[in-house]
Amino acid sequence: METKEMIKINQLNKSFGDLHVLKNIDMTVYESDVVCLIGSSGSGKSTLLRCLNFLERKDNGQIIIEGKEVNPRTDDLNKIREKVGMVFQNFNLFPHKTVLENIIEAPIRVKGVEKEQAIMKAKQLLSKVGLEDKSDVYPSKLSGGQKQRVAIARALAMEPDIMLFDEPTSALDPELVGEVLTTMKALAEEGMTMVVVTHEMGFAKEVADWIVYMHDGKIIERGTPEQFFNNPKEERTREFLNATMLK
Amino acid sequence: MPSFSHFFSTLMETKGVFLEAMLLTLELTVVSILLGIVIGLIFALLKISNIKVLELISDIYVYLVRGTPLIVQIFILYFGISGIFLLPDFWAASLALAFHNGAYISEILRGAIQSVDKGQFEAGRSLGMTKALTLRRIILPQAFRRALPPLGNQFIISLKDSSLAAFISMNELFNVATTLGSNNFDEMTYLLIVAVYYLLLVALMTFVVNRTELKLAISDR
Ligand SMILES: Nc1ncnc2c1ncn2[C@@H]1O[C@H](COP(=O)(O)OP(=O)(O)OP(=O)(O)O)[C@@H](O)[C@H]1O
Ligand SMILES: [Mg+2]
Repeated sequence: METKEMIKINQLNKSFGDLHVLKNIDMTVYESDVVCLIGSSGSGKSTLLRCLNFLERKDNGQIIIEGKEVNPRTDDLNKIREKVGMVFQNFNLFPHKTVLENIIEAPIRVKGVEKEQAIMKAKQLLSKVGLEDKSDVYPSKLSGGQKQRVAIARALAMEPDIMLFDEPTSALDPELVGEVLTTMKALAEEGMTMVVVTHEMGFAKEVADWIVYMHDGKIIERGTPEQFFNNPKEERTREFLNATMLK
Repeated sequence: MPSFSHFFSTLMETKGVFLEAMLLTLELTVVSILLGIVIGLIFALLKISNIKVLELISDIYVYLVRGTPLIVQIFILYFGISGIFLLPDFWAASLALAFHNGAYISEILRGAIQSVDKGQFEAGRSLGMTKALTLRRIILPQAFRRALPPLGNQFIISLKDSSLAAFISMNELFNVATTLGSNNFDEMTYLLIVAVYYLLLVALMTFVVNRTELKLAISDR
């Protein structure tokens, strides 16, 4: 059986003014794969991720989502974003809405789901991320880890086929990182296709199917965690790993 | 200065006329604020539209309003509009005041909208919400909350500015006070009385704004 290509990128380029941030990126993500994107600060990881749900416009190259090349000028990007969930470093929960309202907003307004049904689904998702008792609370009353789990539930409520995570644990106190990673791991085990920008090497080693290492706007190396961590091919990767592991 | 007993007895004697005038002042103020919010929101959105022409239109509007005295605007709109459309005086005055308020409100709202974290917009978009939906459901509610204190301030200014409608013969508070004052050769007493009414209205308005703020603050971060 052929595995489905969920994301395929061909020769993607992106600049901000004179700054060439993504240089001829090629990448394929298959169904149920977990890809961890790692690399030093400024290497273009976030930009790549944001190109995948079109928060950032590519300059040129192809982005193919679930077999269909997306043309940002003519395609309905909102429809594509429904299929590609995103979790941000700073959670970006809606502060004026309760946890429940955060989760049901898009299903109701975008997909036209009935309110009762949206609430039921939201409650299921909340219990999945271990926050069933927080549905009527405002985000300001939650810890960072709880906020991020709500953000994950909010993205899942749209029933996406792909989930993007941009450093989901970087804004968290160390003792709260675990609960979010556990939630993500459970999601991965259910077969969600995930692209995760992270500095959590432990998570990458344990959960990722593929590691992609970026440096200076280019993909330098990719491989299974096994290959990547134990047997990196590139000198650059070795330097990066040495520097990261020492920390 | 009038004696206190004279002031007080005049206050009581004229309360009927003044209450009626106060009602008109209140009507002028409320209409000009509500219309001003609509106008202000439209021009705030033009300003943040990222479309040069629309930004320019918004800039010109704000410049014209801020750059000329309110009384001049009122006269221009009063004689201009009424000359063309035969607008009732109340609406000429309300429109002039709303047009004026709108510029200040648009600046307040623009600032508040831009102060909402960009991540909020991106979160909305990443969930498949359109720009308009994200603006309406996510950005504007937060922006209004932040805008409330400066808006409250602007509302108080509008209330006091409505006294200029006296110059196009609206029988609002200030007009009634000056008319009665000069008819009775007793300007000071009536000016003091009208000051009391304005202070009352401002207190009322402050109360309402504070209450709203408090209510909305419950969910704030
Ligand atoms: N909107 C923007 N305008 C201009 N430059 C930008 C913009 N966004 C990112 N950049 C620049 O592009 C480069 C890559 O940024 P990006 O955020 O993708 O890096 P990153 O790998 O995610 O880094 P970090 O680990 O710090 O998050 C950086 O030099 C950054 O300053
Ligand atoms: Mg980043």
